[in-house]
Amino acid sequence: MKQYETVIGLEVHVELATKTKIFCGCSTEFGGAPNTHTCPVCTGMPGSLPVLNKKVVEFALKAGLAANCQIHQYCKFDRKNYFYPDNPQNYQISQLYLPICHDGWVEIETSAGKKKIRIHEMHMEEDAGKLIHDEWEDCSLVDYNRSGVPLIEIVSEPDMRSSEEVIAYLEKLRCMMQYLGVSDCKLQEGSMRADVNLSVREVGAEEFGTRTEMKNLNSFKAIARAIEGERERQIELIKEGKAVTQETRRWDDNKEYSYAMRSKEDAKDYRYFPDPDLPPIHISDAWIEEIKAEQPELREVKQARYQEEYGLPAYDAGILTESRHLAVLFEETAAIYGNAKKTANWFMGEVLRLTKDKAMDPEQVSFSPKHLADLLVMVEKSEVSPQNAKKVFEKVFAEDIDPVAYIEEHGLKIVEDTGLLEETINRILDANPGPLSELLGGKDKVMGFFVGQIMKEMKGKANPASARETLMKEVEKRK
Amino acid sequence: MAKIIDDETMENVCILAKLSLSEEEKEKAKAQMQKMLDYVEKLDELDTSEVEPMSHIFQDENVFREDVVTNGDNKEAMLANAPKAKEGQYQVPKTIG
Amino acid sequence: MELEKLTALQLGEKIKQRQVSVLDGVKTVFEQIEKQDSEVHAYLDTYREEAYKRAEEVQKGIEDGTYTSLLAGVPIAIKDNICINGKKTTCASKILENFMPQYNAEVIDRLEKAGLVIIGKTNMDEFAMGSTTETSAYGITRNPWNLEHVPGGSSGGSCAAVAAGETYLALGSDTGGSIRQPSSYCGVTGIKPTYGTVSRYGLVAYASSLDQIGPVGKDVADCAALLEIIAGHDEKDSTSMKREDLQCSKELTGDIKGMKFGVPEEYLAEGLDPEVKASFMGVLDTLKELGAEVEFFSIKTMEYMIPAYYIIASAEASSNLERFDGVKYGFRATEYEGLHDMYKKTRTAGFGEEVKRRIMLGSFVLSSGYYDAYYLKALRTKALIKKEFDQAFGKYDVLLAPASPFTAPKIGESLKDPLAMYLGDIYTVAVNLCGLPGITVPCGKDSKGLPIGIQMIGDCFMEKKILRAAHAYETSRGSFAVPGEGGTR
Repeated sequence: MKQYETVIGLEVHVELATKTKIFCGCSTEFGGAPNTHTCPVCTGMPGSLPVLNKKVVEFALKAGLAANCQIHQYCKFDRKNYFYPDNPQNYQISQLYLPICHDGWVEIETSAGKKKIRIHEMHMEEDAGKLIHDEWEDCSLVDYNRSGVPLIEIVSEPDMRSSEEVIAYLEKLRCMMQYLGVSDCKLQEGSMRADVNLSVREVGAEEFGTRTEMKNLNSFKAIARAIEGERERQIELIKEGKAVTQETRRWDDNKEYSYAMRSKEDAKDYRYFPDPDLPPIHISDAWIEEIKAEQPELREVKQARYQEEYGLPAYDAGILTESRHLAVLFEETAAIYGNAKKTANWFMGEVLRLTKDKAMDPEQVSFSPKHLADLLVMVEKSEVSPQNAKKVFEKVFAEDIDPVAYIEEHGLKIVEDTGLLEETINRILDANPGPLSELLGGKDKVMGFFVGQIMKEMKGKANPASARETLMKEVEKRK
Repeated sequence: MAKIIDDETMENVCILAKLSLSEEEKEKAKAQMQKMLDYVEKLDELDTSEVEPMSHIFQDENVFREDVVTNGDNKEAMLANAPKAKEGQYQVPKTIG
Repeated sequence: MELEKLTALQLGEKIKQRQVSVLDGVKTVFEQIEKQDSEVHAYLDTYREEAYKRAEEVQKGIEDGTYTSLLAGVPIAIKDNICINGKKTTCASKILENFMPQYNAEVIDRLEKAGLVIIGKTNMDEFAMGSTTETSAYGITRNPWNLEHVPGGSSGGSCAAVAAGETYLALGSDTGGSIRQPSSYCGVTGIKPTYGTVSRYGLVAYASSLDQIGPVGKDVADCAALLEIIAGHDEKDSTSMKREDLQCSKELTGDIKGMKFGVPEEYLAEGLDPEVKASFMGVLDTLKELGAEVEFFSIKTMEYMIPAYYIIASAEASSNLERFDGVKYGFRATEYEGLHDMYKKTRTAGFGEEVKRRIMLGSFVLSSGYYDAYYLKALRTKALIKKEFDQAFGKYDVLLAPASPFTAPKIGESLKDPLAMYLGDIYTVAVNLCGLPGITVPCGKDSKGLPIGIQMIGDCFMEKKILRAAHAYETSRGSFAVPGEGGTR
């Protein structure tokens, strides 16, 4: 039996989180009625001209530097010419000859250990519009709201060998982009998309096999399935003695099969040439230094710091830094509260549980760190029971309520009302003569039963320690 | 020797340029392009091995805009010239079959 | 008073003095249009009603001090590749037969701010591709000096309109000589400014690295005044330059003593019409008489200019014209099967022959396998040409060249042999390749009575020098007859 190896390279498109499009002052906001975020530039009107958004260059530099890339300090935009209605000029402004970033790498970690994935280049380009297929009239409709939204395309070397590595690589990129604040990388909104270049070869072979490119992959699961499907298809062909054709294929995730996107009109000759409308970009050493100085702490560094500074286990530090957004919430809460370890426990428990239960993206979590810190302080001072604190936190998590006021209003605060406590205890003792006689007889194990009853009656407003203390006193009186 | 423009090249050029020519037009276009290419072949006399291609005349300064939204909803104006539109979108023949 | 014989500045001055109303000037122009344009066909569209209304507004604006420009109230015609909000902008192409931009070109905003009155859109070669205005999809324009001849191109409508007195001023665009050559054929003055001087925003692109909008007028002073209005930095055009050195009127002193003129000797070799040459040599004498130094020198890249130009211009055009596809605006074929057939039928029916020729050539030179051999080679050649001009401007203030090897050809003669027509651009294309400013001034007539123009070329940003030189020559030359009358201006 021959063994085959899969060789995978990725082209990942990441939409940059700028306020405006790459070449015009239209909003990049997601959603919005069709064509409401358009202007002559991003609809390709005659006579319109592009002007580059500086933020796009900054974001591309941030991403490139984080991925250990070299920078082309003199770089240009090129036109990629092809006719398609989502591309209003029928050329896409992109970079071929001098991409802004090149020759970098990122490190991924899989069950097999750590591995470097080399990055061939990162370039800036504009996104296309959206096509909707109108089955009713058998036509397509074009919305240019996304046309001109800035992208960086990250092209890897063919360094990946499995879908596990591919997913790890994508998660790495996503995490990095989110940490840098250059993209939210939401696959479902298309702000992160991957094209998979895949070939197979016999294990030990020197040469790469013929590769295919798969498009239309919009979730990690779809990517994993597409890789498995395409690998099988290619191996099947090779086994049958047939050749793999170099082509672009479209993955249909429902049918779990890819289809060749073949057309006589698809000349695949993009006639790239430098865009005469956009002067070259000069990136000075000073600019690069400035960007470097502004780079946020990336995940690996943060993870190490949490272990060192907060004394968190590696596992916890890993979980807490998965999303930069959550990590920032964590750090801010810990800073206000003053106890990182306890804050971490709360995050590892409650925050992650609720995020998961509500099927939320970590980026969507939004509550004031102050509110959680206040709540934690109350727990520490035994002003609220841990059970009630968890319930209150659900409110903080969902509506960002002020926990101090809420606990007050809903009478959840533990009150040192000894009269009420004594009265409650005596009522319970009277109602349970059996267990009481056991207790009087010196059987301490019924203590737990009584404390539980008391707490229940007090609806959590009593402090278990003082409940126990008062109970002892009252029992003593009855001896 | 300049490139010889054959039928296949013409065919390819028409696909790239999205033009369809009649046989007669194709022959004429072929001959004219051939003549033009034979003429521009003159450039081969020049030794340009040490010369950088000059894509832009002036290229000293960076030209950027700030990331500030300046455009509002221009939908009506943008669609005003559309040969076919439907529900605020440009209507085109079906793009996937 | 024969208002049609005034220059734009003279009209502007009389308006300012309240000797003439803005409306008088506008009416004069429309009278001339009425009288002549059925024959000349300089215009594709005119806005009589609106121009009359605008004239009243501008009149008030001049009176209350809103408009202070020297050209406030002066009528102007616009080449039809420059967008005006709500006005048909066709580029003389069927593919844009019904296109109405919803935005103004930057130059239009500037003209309006200065209080000029736009009277209509002028004819041109389709998408500015051509040297005769015969490739227009909406009929040819005739040369007002002799209706059997072409006005030149591609800004043939603008130049013919000025020559015929159908406007005082016009805007043209110049990619390879499209202002300077028709100005020469029509006996008017036209400037191609330094690349980046006038915003290209709203100019429908032919070849983006070469295109510039420029003024066409009756004399140097008119063109200089108009240039001051339209020039300036525009944030919407990334190739637009910040220039604060275009207050040119004070350059027009007539004094060119000690100025150094260079004449490329290759420009006077074979192919130059003897009558054009004689007229050109006459200019050299005049300049010497004015105290200038005139010297011959050699430009070795001359024979490579046209090849480099046509490769670069066609390549850019093939890309710039991709957006005309029947999806967003303009013409769409009525019957088609599927998307790509719609593209092909639309573009095949929408573009004329010359445009298709250049799109095909451009697509070819950029295509895989030929990019290096043709397109990059042309860009390298451009660098060599630029270097040679840089060296020349190390020695000379202004270079002199004919505007065209011949005077206006007869209608119907040029398009038979496209390559021969391209060769006619020999004296103009280098200016665009190198981003230089150039001006054409009438310098004589041939035996058929057709005007001859001389071209003065400056180094980048040296508009002042060519304006000074052109004005001094013009002053010394004296008045230049108006077509059909033999009278003087």
